[in-house]
Amino acid sequence: MVNVIINGHKMNVPKDYTILKACDDLGIHIPTLCHDERIDPHAACRLCIVEIEGMDELPTSCSTKVKDGMKIKTHSNRVRKARKDILSLIVANHPLDCIMCDNSGNCKLQEYCYEYGISEVEFKGEKKNYKTDYSNPFYYSDQNKCINCGKCVRICNELQCVGAIGFNERGFKTHIGAPFDMELNESECVSCGNCVSVCPVGALMPKIKERIRYEELKEVRTTCPYCGVGCQMDLLVLDGKIVDVKPADGPSNENLLCVKGRFGFKFLDHPDRLKKPLIKRDGKFVETSWEEAYKIIAKNIKKIKNENGPDAFAGFSSARCSTEENYLFQKLFRAALGTNNVDHCARL
Amino acid sequence: MTNSIKEIEGTDLMFVTGSNTTENHPVIATKMRRAIKKGAKLIVADPRKIELADDADVFLQIRPGTNTALFNGLMHVIIKEGLEDKNYIENRCENYEALKELVKDYTPEKVAEICNINSKDLIKAAKLYAKANKASIFYAMGITQHTTGTYSVMAIANLANLCGNIGIESGGVNPLRGQNNVQGACDMGALPNVYPGYQKVEDSEVNKKFEKAWESKLSDKVGLTIPEMLDSADNGDVRFLYVMGENPMISDPDTNHVEKVLNETEFLVVQDIFLTETAELADVVLPAAAFAEKDGTFTNTERRIQRIRKAIDAPGEAKPDWLIIMEIMNSIGYDKKYNNPAEVMEEIASVTPQYGGISYDRLALKVDGLGLQWPCPTNTHQGTKYLHKGNHARGKGLFLPHDHSDSKELPDKEFPLIMTNGRVLYHYHTRSMTGRVKGLNEKAPESYIEVNPSTASKLNIVNNEKVKVISRRGEIKTKVKITDIVAPNVVFIPFHYKEGSANVLTNPALDKIAKIPEYKSCTVRIEKL
Repeated sequence: MVNVIINGHKMNVPKDYTILKACDDLGIHIPTLCHDERIDPHAACRLCIVEIEGMDELPTSCSTKVKDGMKIKTHSNRVRKARKDILSLIVANHPLDCIMCDNSGNCKLQEYCYEYGISEVEFKGEKKNYKTDYSNPFYYSDQNKCINCGKCVRICNELQCVGAIGFNERGFKTHIGAPFDMELNESECVSCGNCVSVCPVGALMPKIKERIRYEELKEVRTTCPYCGVGCQMDLLVLDGKIVDVKPADGPSNENLLCVKGRFGFKFLDHPDRLKKPLIKRDGKFVETSWEEAYKIIAKNIKKIKNENGPDAFAGFSSARCSTEENYLFQKLFRAALGTNNVDHCARL
Repeated sequence: MTNSIKEIEGTDLMFVTGSNTTENHPVIATKMRRAIKKGAKLIVADPRKIELADDADVFLQIRPGTNTALFNGLMHVIIKEGLEDKNYIENRCENYEALKELVKDYTPEKVAEICNINSKDLIKAAKLYAKANKASIFYAMGITQHTTGTYSVMAIANLANLCGNIGIESGGVNPLRGQNNVQGACDMGALPNVYPGYQKVEDSEVNKKFEKAWESKLSDKVGLTIPEMLDSADNGDVRFLYVMGENPMISDPDTNHVEKVLNETEFLVVQDIFLTETAELADVVLPAAAFAEKDGTFTNTERRIQRIRKAIDAPGEAKPDWLIIMEIMNSIGYDKKYNNPAEVMEEIASVTPQYGGISYDRLALKVDGLGLQWPCPTNTHQGTKYLHKGNHARGKGLFLPHDHSDSKELPDKEFPLIMTNGRVLYHYHTRSMTGRVKGLNEKAPESYIEVNPSTASKLNIVNNEKVKVISRRGEIKTKVKITDIVAPNVVFIPFHYKEGSANVLTNPALDKIAKIPEYKSCTVRIEKL
C-alpha cells in the first residue's frame, strides 16, 4: 500500500494500482474512451490525463502507477481545459449527426462533450468519408464515426484472440477494418460482437430492427441459454420485447459472449412460437384449452397405470430447462407416477 | 469440471481432446488462447484439424474411436520415462500396479498404428503433459460418444492421477458440458438410476429419505435410459412418453427408428417452445415459456448455479415448464403446490446435499450475483472452486485401467469411410432456436459433408456437389465441402439440420455402462447423384 493525496484527500491504495484504478475504487470518475480493465492500458484517447505535483506534463492515469507521496489532481482547471481541447480535436472530424445516430444516449463521446461543455466545433478540418460496411448479418461498421480508440482491435486480439480486425492505413487515414479492407463478413470475424459491445461511439453497432434509445431500455441480468459455459448477460427490453443483449461481468465470461449468446435471441418473438396447447384429432393439430389438455393427459395416465402399472410411463427431461424444472419433472415421474423411467439428453 | 473456468488463466498445459472448443464453447476457447499467449502449452487430440490445432504444441490427428488406446499410450510413455508423480500416487491413489501392468503393452509404435498417428508426436505429448506443473484436460462428446466412452473417461482420470493433476488449482479433468443446464439436469436426478444429488434409487436408506420427503411410495428399480425407452416403446412396454424440451427426431441416432417408435407410441406428450420435428408426432403439445420468460437457475459446466430472470412475458398462453409440470402433478392427484421456482429450490436444497446451501436470496444480484459452485452444503458455505482438494472425494484416487476396443463399425468394402459428427459455431443442437435466427442461418445455412481432397478426387466429386451418403441405417443427400480438416478415411457432418441429417446415418450402438450412443464413429459410403 502507498499513501497518495487525491484532490486534497489522503488515500491509502495498493501499490500496483494505476491512478485511474485507484480513483475508480474511491468513486472519483475520470473520463476515458479507450480504457478497458480486462486489457493492458493503451493511453490512446488521452482523456484520462491528470495533474501530478512536480510533473510538467499531464500523464494519462490509465497507464501511470501510483507512487508513495504522489499529489494528484483529477479535475483541476488545467486538466479540464486539456480534456476540453482533446474532445474538441476528436469532434473536429466526427460527424455531428447525433440526433440521427443509433447510439445516441449510449455514446461516451456525446456524454463527455456535454460534461465538458463542448458547444461548438472549434477546429475545422478534413472529414472522413468511408462507406458503411453492412456485410455482417449482426452488426455494421461506420468508420466515419470511429475515434481510433482501438478498443475493438485490442478486444478482438487480446481477449477474443481472433485478430480479425486491425488498424488499416496510417495518420489521418487510420481506420479499423479487416486486412486489405475486405468486407467484415468475408474476414476471420466470428461475429462474437465483443468489439461492438465495447465501442464507445456509434462506429460498431448492432443491427437492430426496432428504433431504440438505450436509456429507455430495461436491463435484466440472466444466464445465456446456449452452451454450458454459463455466460452472464443483460437482456435489453423495450415494450415487452428483447431488442439487444449486452455481455455482463460473470465469473465464466468476464464481459465476453459468442455469436449465439450475443445475437441469437430473435427466436423468442418468432411467429412460430407455440401459443396454445394442441391436440391431434384425425391426424391434425387443433388448438385447445389448458384444462382440456390436462384432462386428456390425466385420463391416459389413469388408464395406462391401471392396465400396465407405472413402468409403462417414460419421460425425457431437458438439459435446456431450468434446474427447478428438471427437479419437478423427475419428481412427477418418481413420486406421482411411480417409475424411475426418466432421463434427459445428457448423452445426446 | 473438477476445476473452474477462470483457472484456465493459471494453467501450464491444456490437453484438449474430443472438444472443438472454439465452436462449441467459444468463450472458454478465448480463455485457452489467452493462456497460450501467457505461455501455457497445448496438446490437441482430435480426428479433425480443428482451429485450436493451429495453436497446439502437439496435434494428434487420431482415428475416431481410438481414444482409450491414445491415453494408454501416453501413460505407457510417462511410466517408461519415470515421469509419473510417485509421491502423489503413493499417497493419494490406489490400484496403480494394475494400471502399470495394463499400459505396458501400449508401446508408442502399437498406439501409433491404432490411432494412425506418428509415435514421436505421442512421445512428445506424453512428456509435455507429464512435465507440466499444472496440467488440465478438457474433453467433450468426442470422448464420450463412443461404445468405449466410459473407459476413455476413466483413462483420462487415470492419466490425470498419474501425474498428480487432480485436486490442484488450474489442473484437473474438465468435461465441457454442451448444453446450458445439462449439469443441473444431471444434478437433479433427471437420470434413471439416481435421485437429486446422485443418490442411488436402489439404496433403501435413500429411498426411505425420499419417500418421506415426497410423501409417496417410490420404486427402487433403476429406470430406462432414453435409447432403452425408445426400444421399450417399440415393443409396447412403454405406452406413454412425455418429452419436455427435447427433439429426438434430430438429436437421437438412427432417425428412421426414432420416427417409427414415436409414431407408434400410444400416447406422446411434447412440451416445447416450437412445433419441433418431434412435437409434430405428438398427441398433445404443450406450449412452454423460453428462458427469458421465466425465473429459475441453470448450473454451468463448472458446477456454478446461476439465475435466469424473467424479462418478458411468454407468448399467448404459453407457461413456464415448472408450472405445467406442477399442474399435471396436481391433476393426477399429487397435490404439492409451489408459488414460484424459489420455493422449488428450497425443496431441492432440503433433499440434495450438494445444493444444501443454495437459495434465491444467496443468488441475488444485490448479494454478489456470481452464483455458487456446488458442493455448497450449508447456507454459510461459499461453494467449491475445485474438487478433490487434499483428498479424492471417494478417499483414494482409483486407477481403473481398460483396454482399447474398436468402434462397433469399422470401414469395409461396402462402407469404407468413418463418419463423425458435431456442431458448428452458428447453430445449437437441433436448430429449433438458432434455425429461427436469420443471421445465424445466413452464416450456416445448410448441411454439408467434409471430405479430404484425396478422397474427393478418388470419388470424382467436387466442392458443393450434392452427393448421397449411405450407412447401414439410412441415406441422406448433402453438399460436399472439400477440406483437409479431416483425414482421407474420415468424413464429418454437422448434426443440426433436418435436411441432410447426420443422425439418419449414425450408429445407435451403446456404451454398455453409460448407455451413450456411438455418434462419433460409424461407417458410410459416398455416392454421386
